[in-house]
Amino acid sequence: MELRLEKFTKRFGDTTVIKDMDLTVGSGEMIALLGPSGCGKSTTLFAVCGIHKMNGGTLHFGDRDVTTVPAQERSVGVVFQNYALYPHMTVEQNIGFPLKIQKLGKAAIRKEVERLSELVQIGELLDRRPAQLSGGQQQRVALARAMIRKPDVLLLDEPLANLDAKLRLEMRSEIRRIQRETGITAILVTHDQVEAMSMCDRIALMKDGKIVQLDTPEQMYSNPRSQFVAGFLGNPPISFLPATAGAEVVLANGQSIARPRDLQASGDLILGIRPEHFGPQHGEGLQGEVIFVEPQGREELIDVRLDGGGDIRSILSAGAPIRQGDRVNWGVATDSILAFAPNGVRV
Amino acid sequence: MTANSRIWHLVLILAIFSAPLVIMYVYQVIDSIAQPDPGSLVPGAIDLSNWRFLWERIDTGRPSIWVVTFNTFLFASTTAFLVTSLSATAGYALSRLNMPGRPYFLGGLIILHAFPTITLIIAIFIILQFLGLFDTLLGIILVKAALELPFGVWILKGFYDTVPWEIEMAGVQDGASRLRVWWELVLPQVKPGLFALLIISFLSGWSEFVLPLVLAPGSSTQVLATFMNAVIQDDATADFGLFKAIGMFYSIPVIVIYLVFQKQLMNIYGGGTKG
Ligand SMILES: Nc1ncnc2c1ncn2[C@@H]1O[C@H](COP(=O)(O)OP(=O)(O)OP(=O)(O)O)[C@@H](O)[C@H]1O
Ligand SMILES: [Mg+2]
Repeated sequence: MELRLEKFTKRFGDTTVIKDMDLTVGSGEMIALLGPSGCGKSTTLFAVCGIHKMNGGTLHFGDRDVTTVPAQERSVGVVFQNYALYPHMTVEQNIGFPLKIQKLGKAAIRKEVERLSELVQIGELLDRRPAQLSGGQQQRVALARAMIRKPDVLLLDEPLANLDAKLRLEMRSEIRRIQRETGITAILVTHDQVEAMSMCDRIALMKDGKIVQLDTPEQMYSNPRSQFVAGFLGNPPISFLPATAGAEVVLANGQSIARPRDLQASGDLILGIRPEHFGPQHGEGLQGEVIFVEPQGREELIDVRLDGGGDIRSILSAGAPIRQGDRVNWGVATDSILAFAPNGVRV
Repeated sequence: MTANSRIWHLVLILAIFSAPLVIMYVYQVIDSIAQPDPGSLVPGAIDLSNWRFLWERIDTGRPSIWVVTFNTFLFASTTAFLVTSLSATAGYALSRLNMPGRPYFLGGLIILHAFPTITLIIAIFIILQFLGLFDTLLGIILVKAALELPFGVWILKGFYDTVPWEIEMAGVQDGASRLRVWWELVLPQVKPGLFALLIISFLSGWSEFVLPLVLAPGSSTQVLATFMNAVIQDDATADFGLFKAIGMFYSIPVIVIYLVFQKQLMNIYGGGTKG
């Protein structure tokens, strides 16, 4: 079912946390709300599920206006960051609780619980209590409980934040699989860009209560609309260098590189260069000294301090004969450079 | 091994400090079932006559011990039930609902709890008199419950504070009403607190003396504490053996409750949902 949030505004007391936000999630689509801490991701999520009242704007599930519908009557499943399982109930009772509220018969509940526990693969844990489960298992129970009413919309608030690295990887694909299998419309709140990029169809990047860009992960990575977006996405992160564009592009430190072909603007700019676009494979051009080498297994990160000032990062396959203190003269893939005006807007 | 020896040290120290108390209790028991032998620590012949109050009236002017015990039980248990159920709702409201003036209310609770009851006794007396509840069990139950409430509300608010918000949000999301969320999802998390509060206010009611003495002095509303007081006060020659035996009888339920429920009672100091 399509979810449409229009002109959503939320105030806490005098402070406006979110102003005039528009967000449409297509039927069966999974969207990530990504952004730094405090930007209003959870607030948006809680407004969609009805825990927070909206101070302005409308919310539609399909054709149904649910702006003022109380949380109990919206068809929304929520997975909370700390799972919020009911500690005094068994797994089976936890998953079946929403149906018990709906006054379904015991047998019917049992049947549904079995269907869901099969979907999230916890069939053998039904008699346990939440305290006897691992983090990943609790996560699955929370997911099953959120989905048992066949909700129109599934909301996930940082569902992987409490898991260790290995489980996180596993649950990432699990959640994606379950979402695809059920075709449910979903919103995932996260501040982890890798999670957002790998799990979701589109990403809504938020900053200070606004969506600054809403795009597919690929588009957002290769075609960011502002310096903030470019800086937020990408791991290892992009390097920014101030420069002046004329016939050539002259960096603030005096070194110059060729003018990117499709660069229209001239004058003061900020160049964004991703690590994979700077290195020996791109020829020569920028001179500096290696100040830090960080091995990362398959690859290594190399920080270079350019002559005249400015740091730039490169990523190379592991085993490159580079040591800290080495002098380098490496090229930039000029046509992949992202250029921003001094106010941060892409040019 | 070192842990074991440390425990033994502790046990020894505790034993030394509690010995006077234990000895007192032991003599309480011994004296109540033996002939007093003046000047001697060794009891004489066994004599159960001190316990005669159990099967006969000690004198005609007094109610039977069983009526008095029933009064005490009714007083203590009704009070405990009132305090616990009112605290369960008030504590929830204070912990969760964003009502105006909440900090002042919380501060007021502490002050009320610290306020010495005895200074209020005249005012309470006048109010009860006015309401026609003077010298009734209901009257002292209401007064006792009111005086115990600040403590109960405060304790249970603390327990509610440890229940994560998300559990309630999840319950609402699962379609349950606020009332049902409270009853089915939140209340079970604070069960240790409820239980401890129930026991503590029962014990407090059981040992209450001043309120029944002043506010319900009639013989039909006598509780064990005032009954004992009357026994020792009225008689020209005080019967200490009888007094001790009644004292024993009076403290048996307390001891039993402590023995059976000590784990639950400790909960109130630990706070939280473990238990
Ligand atoms: N109940 C509240 N009362 C007042 N301010 C609030 C309340 N809830 C959130 N805020 C404020 O609203 C802003 C957005 O909060 P929100 O919880 O939505 O952030 P978030 O993006 O989810 O951050 P995080 O990644 O840390 O969870 C923050 O500045 C926060 O301080
Ligand atoms: Mg949040």
